[in-house]
Amino acid sequence: MESSQADINREIEAAAQQPGGPQPKIDYPPYRSSVLRHPKQPAHLIDPEAVELWAPVFGHRDVADDEADLTIQHAGTPIGERIVVTGRVLDGDGRPVANQLVEVWQANAAGRYRHQRDQHPAPHDPNFTGVGRMLTGPDGTYRFQTIKPGPYPWRNHVNAWRPAHIHFSIFGTDFTQRLVTQMYFPGDPLFPLDPIYQSITDPKARDLLIAQYDHDVTTPEWSTGYRWDIVLTGTHRTPLEADVSAVADLEDDNA
Amino acid sequence: MSAVPGQTVGPFFHLGLAFDGMNELVPPSHPKAVRLHGHVYDGAGNPVPDAVLEIWQADPQGHILRRPGSLRRDGWTFTGWGRAATDPDGHYQFATLEPGAPETGKAPFFAVTVFARGLLDRLFTRAYLPGDAEALAADTLLSAVDPARRSTLIATREAGGLVFDVHLQGEGETIFLTYPRLADAWA
Repeated sequence: MESSQADINREIEAAAQQPGGPQPKIDYPPYRSSVLRHPKQPAHLIDPEAVELWAPVFGHRDVADDEADLTIQHAGTPIGERIVVTGRVLDGDGRPVANQLVEVWQANAAGRYRHQRDQHPAPHDPNFTGVGRMLTGPDGTYRFQTIKPGPYPWRNHVNAWRPAHIHFSIFGTDFTQRLVTQMYFPGDPLFPLDPIYQSITDPKARDLLIAQYDHDVTTPEWSTGYRWDIVLTGTHRTPLEADVSAVADLEDDNA
Repeated sequence: MSAVPGQTVGPFFHLGLAFDGMNELVPPSHPKAVRLHGHVYDGAGNPVPDAVLEIWQADPQGHILRRPGSLRRDGWTFTGWGRAATDPDGHYQFATLEPGAPETGKAPFFAVTVFARGLLDRLFTRAYLPGDAEALAADTLLSAVDPARRSTLIATREAGGLVFDVHLQGEGETIFLTYPRLADAWA
């Protein structure tokens, strides 16, 4: 029998009684698809070696500047609230992660993904794909312009709806910092009902996924702005100035 | 500083993460190309058709390359990084070169990251090259893990390729890894 929202709420509440710390509980039955898709054995702790101490390098040959604007990818203007999202990618010691790849994907303003598996009967927007890529600047800043995504239904339980979110894929300066996560918008009424968001049982850690409205990012007569800083875990190799300049040299070589 | 928590890659990751040539670190026609491939399975032994794997590796000489170009492959520049999504049968494949040992006597491996719908946070593991029994026996990780599960970390060789299956749960569950500073999330 399919679960109701009330069933899921009870399970979310029960799971919150056994706090799992600041990362999502990968064993989180209220998110039904997780049941058979998480390891039951504890992860083996090792000191990273060799390639694990380094991250892949991306550069301007990988990402065009206009990929950071999701509103200009088609002939017309997409429908919805135009927004800018910006922030800094930092490592666990507060150092900026410079020249690194950030990938984003999202639903359109109506809550529909441009993906064949999305059968939600909300309209596609012929002027919106919902995919962006960018490189962080020297101080770790990323910035992109898009349309605010809508919430959408999914089949976890009866009447299940995801809070509006943007998917983020982020690399650090070593392999161990790899992060795929979701950025949410402040004040979403669906937060308490969503098992994916609630799989992080520490409320302070969950809050780290919520962007803040920032009037300084808002521009007159154009778009509203959100700020979201992304702190990764720490590096296992002390980054040197040389790392950054080495990347720049390589880019020059390729120029 | 408190690290931002992960969230599942979800069902629609192809939209944002897929790009042409993502799983071809070298063209399959490259004279030294090997096919690294396998299936991803869930706890019931069923294939997972919506998983994505990334590999990060040294070149055949054991050098760690720090070159851009993974997203716009030119067919000549080996970057050491690639990404592959599973197909409806839960199968993934890469065309790549075999990594060399980082130091003499060390066992070479692919560093592997696994994401999937239903998996709330990414998983790390290693896929070691088979063959050098001495180096594998001396390896810090392989000699520390449960011998019964050790083989989950070692690819098997077939004609023209390497097979590495990932079992997310249950029988034959792959050994997944964590690193000291992942605990920073607790700060």
